[in-house]
Amino acid sequence: MTASRERSPGLAAAVAAALLAVGCGGGSGDQPAKARATVIQNKGSDTMVNVAQAWAEDYHEIAPGVEIEVSGGGSGVGIAALIKGAVDIANASRNMKPEEIEQARRNNAGKEPKEFVVGYDALAVFVHKDNPLAYIDRPTLARIFGETGDITRWSQLGVTLPGVSDDTIVRVSRQSSSGTYEFFREHVLDNKDFKLGSRDLNGSKEVVELVGHTVTAIGYSGMGYATPSVKMISLAADAQAPRVPPSIEAVLDKSYPLARSLQIYTLGEPEGAVRAYVDWILTDAGQQVVERSGYVPLPTAQRKKP
Amino acid sequence: MSSSPTTRRPQRSRIARWGESALEAAIRVSGVSAIVFVLAIFFFIFREAAPVIFSPHFDPVEFLFSTQWYPTSASNVRYGTLALAVGSLAVTALAMVIAVPFGLGAAIFISEFCGHRLRETLKIVIELLSAIPSVVWGFIGLTVTSKLVVSATGAAVGVNVLNGGLILALMSVPIIVSIGEDALKAVPDSYREAAIALGATRWQIVYRVLLPAARNGLLAAVLLGVGRAVGETMAVLMATGHAVQIPHGLLDSVRTLTANIAAELGEAPVGSDHYRVLFLTGVLLFCITFAVNMIADLAIRGVRRRG
Repeated sequence: MTASRERSPGLAAAVAAALLAVGCGGGSGDQPAKARATVIQNKGSDTMVNVAQAWAEDYHEIAPGVEIEVSGGGSGVGIAALIKGAVDIANASRNMKPEEIEQARRNNAGKEPKEFVVGYDALAVFVHKDNPLAYIDRPTLARIFGETGDITRWSQLGVTLPGVSDDTIVRVSRQSSSGTYEFFREHVLDNKDFKLGSRDLNGSKEVVELVGHTVTAIGYSGMGYATPSVKMISLAADAQAPRVPPSIEAVLDKSYPLARSLQIYTLGEPEGAVRAYVDWILTDAGQQVVERSGYVPLPTAQRKKP
Repeated sequence: MSSSPTTRRPQRSRIARWGESALEAAIRVSGVSAIVFVLAIFFFIFREAAPVIFSPHFDPVEFLFSTQWYPTSASNVRYGTLALAVGSLAVTALAMVIAVPFGLGAAIFISEFCGHRLRETLKIVIELLSAIPSVVWGFIGLTVTSKLVVSATGAAVGVNVLNGGLILALMSVPIIVSIGEDALKAVPDSYREAAIALGATRWQIVYRVLLPAARNGLLAAVLLGVGRAVGETMAVLMATGHAVQIPHGLLDSVRTLTANIAAELGEAPVGSDHYRVLFLTGVLLFCITFAVNMIADLAIRGVRRRG
C-alpha cells in the first residue's frame, strides 16, 4: 500500500484533552460519595427498570448511606447476572426457570434464589392513537404475531386506517432476552414461535415510541409505558370471552388475560442493607412507587408494615 | 603510534548496548504481535464455536442457507443465519453505493482542486467526522435520519435498510476520503507536470493520470470503508430496525450479523448451543472480512501485473 497517513496531532490532542476533562469532571463528583456508601447492584427486566430506578431514588432519600445501581437489559440478563453472583438483586418480569434456579444453586454454594413478588403488570397491546381498533382477542393476536399466523394486513381485521396506502401490519416485538417477550410467547402464542420479520426492539419504552409514530404498527409492552400517542386496546381471552381493558382492577381480579406478577430475586435470604431495601419495597412507601410508575401495587394485605 | 581515529570504536556503556538490544527485541515483538493476535483471536472464537459444529443437533446447511433464526424457541430451535448475512450485505452494499462516489470525489477535490486554506479546513472537519463514536451515529440514525427517511419516502418505519445504509455511508466516508487523499498525494508531482506539459486539462489529469497511478491506494481506501461498514455494530443495531427477514426493498427493516451478536450474546447462557452458534456467527463474519481482504489483495496484484 502506497498510502501514507497524514494526521493533525494538534486536533487529536485537543479532542482527547477535552474528553479527559469531561471524564474527570464527572468522576470526581461522585467518587467520594461512593467510597462511603453501601452499594446495592440491581439489574434485570426492562419492564421494571423505571420502577426500580424510582425505588432507588426514593430509598436514597430515606437511607442516604445506601446507593442502588440500577440497570436494565432484560429479565434474562438480570437472572444471568444473579447466577454469576454479579448483582445483589435481579428484577424479573417472569419467574425463574427450574434450570436457572439449579444453576444459581450450583454456582453459589447451594444458595437458593429467593423470590419476592413486588407488584403486578398488565401486558398491554398497543396500537397508534389513530387506529380505530378497540379490542382484539388472543387467537387473533396469535394469528398476527405467530409463526404460522395468516394475518398480515389491517384490512384482514376489517380495519381501515386513515391516509395509509400500504396497510401491512408492522409488528413490534422485543428481543429474546426480554421477560415480556417470553411472557407473550407463552400466553399468546402457546409457546410456539414468533413470525420472523417483526421489529425486535431493546426496550419497553422503544416499543411504545415506535408504535406511537407508526400508524400501521401493533406492539406489546408493560401498561406502565402508555403515552398519549398510543392506544391500549381491550383484550379477550377468546372470541366469546368478555373484552377487558387493562386496568388495576382487572389485574387484581385476574379478569385481564395478560396480567403477570413482577418479582425480584436475591441469592439466599437477603441480609443487611439488601434486606432493609427489599422490606422497604414491600411497604406502603415502596408500593406507592409501583403505583406511580403505572403498575399495579400489591393488595394492602400482602404489604409489610414499616 | 596510536591507532588511527577511523578505526577507534565509540565508547558505549554496557547499559546503552543492553538498552539497544532490548528495544530491538521489543520492536520485533510488536511487529510479530499483529500476526499472533489475529491467530489468537481466530483460535479463541473458533474454540468457543467448535463444539456445536460437531454436535448432532447442528446442521451446517441450515446454518448457512436457512432464514429461520429461532435460537430460543420453546418448541423448535433453528439456527439459520441467511437472513442476517443478507441483511449485513444489503446495508453494506448500499452504504458503499453512497459512500464511494462521495468519498473518492471528496478525496479528488481536496487533493487536486481546492486551495490551501480550504483544504486544511476540510481535512480537520473530516478528521472530526471520523472521531464521532458509533453509538452517536446510531442515535442520529434512530432519531434524525429515520424521520427524514419516513418523510422523504413515506415508509411505514424509518429504521430500515436505507436508514442503516445512510448512517454507515456517513461513517465510512471520512475513512475513504482521508486514505484516498493520501493515495492521490503520493502520486509524484512529475506525473502532473508531464501531463500539463502535454496539454492535458485538469479533468484529463485526474481521469487519465492520477486515478490509474493511485488505484492501489484508492482500492485500499474503499476496502477499509467496506471493512468499517461490515464490522459496524452499534450504529446498525440502532438504525436498521432489528427484524430477521430478507429485505425486499430499501424500506424493509433488517438485522445484521454483528447486531445479532451484540443483542443476544449477553443473554445466551455460557456454553449453551445458542452461545456457541453466536461465536460461529463470529467465525462467519471473520470469513467474510477475510474474503473481502483476499479479493482486494488479488485485485491489487492483478491490477499491478497488467499495469
